[in-house]
Amino acid sequence: MKILFRTILLASALATGMSAMATLPARALVEIDVNKGNVEPLPVAVTDFLSSDGLGSEITSIISADLKRSGLFAPIDKGAFIEKITNPDAAPRFEDWKVINAQALVTGRVTQEADGRLRAEFRLWDTFAGEQLVGEQFFANKANSRRVAHIIADSIYERLTGEKGYFDTRVVFIDESGPKNQRKKRLAIMDQDGASVRYLSDGSSLALTPRFSPSRQEITYMSYESGQPRVYLLQIETGQRELVGNFPGMTFAPRFSPDGQKVIMSLLRDDGNSNVFAMDLRSRTTTRLTNSNSIDTSPSYSPDGSQVVFTSDRGGQPQIYVMGADGSNQTRISFGGGSYSTPVWSPRGDLIAFTKQSGGEFQIGVMKTDGSGERILTSGFQQEGPTWAPNGRVIMFFREAAGSGGPRLYSIDLTGRNEQAIPTANFASDPAWSPLLE
Amino acid sequence: MRGIAALTRNPMMIALVMALAIAGCANKKTPNSAADLGLGGASTPGSTQDFTVNVGDRIFFDTDSSVIRADAQGILARQAQWLNKYSQYQIVIEGHADERGTREYNLALGARRAAATRDYLVARGVSANRLKTISYGKERPVAVCDDISCWSQNRRAVTALNGAGS
Repeated sequence: MKILFRTILLASALATGMSAMATLPARALVEIDVNKGNVEPLPVAVTDFLSSDGLGSEITSIISADLKRSGLFAPIDKGAFIEKITNPDAAPRFEDWKVINAQALVTGRVTQEADGRLRAEFRLWDTFAGEQLVGEQFFANKANSRRVAHIIADSIYERLTGEKGYFDTRVVFIDESGPKNQRKKRLAIMDQDGASVRYLSDGSSLALTPRFSPSRQEITYMSYESGQPRVYLLQIETGQRELVGNFPGMTFAPRFSPDGQKVIMSLLRDDGNSNVFAMDLRSRTTTRLTNSNSIDTSPSYSPDGSQVVFTSDRGGQPQIYVMGADGSNQTRISFGGGSYSTPVWSPRGDLIAFTKQSGGEFQIGVMKTDGSGERILTSGFQQEGPTWAPNGRVIMFFREAAGSGGPRLYSIDLTGRNEQAIPTANFASDPAWSPLLE
Repeated sequence: MRGIAALTRNPMMIALVMALAIAGCANKKTPNSAADLGLGGASTPGSTQDFTVNVGDRIFFDTDSSVIRADAQGILARQAQWLNKYSQYQIVIEGHADERGTREYNLALGARRAAATRDYLVARGVSANRLKTISYGKERPVAVCDDISCWSQNRRAVTALNGAGS
């Protein structure tokens, strides 16, 4: 897998576009403002990439599905297409696409190189301006065809919204099987669209709350594998596991620092309270950040690493607090009524996502980093554990509907209007979104 | 919680919900009695069955609380007396939370309940070095339904002998 990664890294480096397909820096008529709450999905025609086998249409389906699930695009039914693209190097007949109201058009071709690699070329067209917006090609191992599709979808998303995409990402989560009172919980990883699931633990002991390192190569999680609940590191590709620190009591709620050098987590004290510590992974030194007679947990760094948001019940019930990364200036920021927990700092730095319990319901919401501007995105019987897409525009979480028997994963955008179920074979919880591969 | 609000408004609902709750949880209940355990009432004094059946191996907590309730104090006093008499047992106190909280907070809450239970037993003479604690948060419910009849059974601390508890 490591070799495959390198191949696609190489492919990304080569993806500067063919000279004949140089992107025109033209003013595009077609663009989307992702900040608008009530944006109408943009009608887009994604044509089957030409190929000698079915791979072209497979890649096209993945691109269409990504764009559709974002809620910002409405791929047009292929049956409505008038022009049949036979030469993706030539300009399309824009009139044929304007007639069916396709604001943007995607064309492409997939071929196999002499060395067996896949070569995918695509162009994005602004049909009303009659011009090409993007022309790129990618080389990849055939086993990575899904990734190529996600990378192309990211390129389209980025060109039309001005925001980074998030389709070429993965999610670590907990796969749940078996009866609720003896639930088997396994670490698992999949693409953000639910494809390519791989299990990272065998389920012989409880595993909880996995989170990605910024490099995407490593996760930190909590497990009962030694009998005592402890925080571990796991190298995704090699399967190598490592205990984080050697503490007398339970360690839990781990997350990486944005530079990947530290794991911040809760450590149980002998008196039953829990405080927040940071451990430097190189020097193995630990720093205490909180020291209160309360439950302090679920710490999450700001993207610049200067601050930490966490949950504490020091005021009587769980609320959200912010402090400096050295533990200074611990300040409560949640005041909306009800209790708040699981704060997660947005990768953009502007918002904090949280779980709120109020009126017997569980809500997923966001607030500014000073606690103002609270917005609830979804309310329900039981839902928790938000995690941010790397572009800070979409949140994934898990929800258990009353009587459903177990949780499932969902994503919702910041408008709260576009909610999508993430398909998983079994019940699933504790999702954590990967960063984008640079 | 939503259940409570509905109940106080509508007495008819109370009867209905209670009936459903009882029906729904009847065969998922905690083994709190000899009959549940299939022991037929007889258990050897000093055995783990004796502890579970005649002393009571678990106490329950209020929502988001680790305060030892009045009804739990009696059980813990009996536990301490029994444990002091049968000193051959090592003890693991398991702290649990119901599902009406978020995962990491509930791990901490379960730990706090286990510590409170341990401290109560130590204060009544059980040697601290016989006692260990572990939190399962909301990961190991004993009662599985979606209302308070189950949640109240899951907010618990279980005193497990030689670590052989639930």
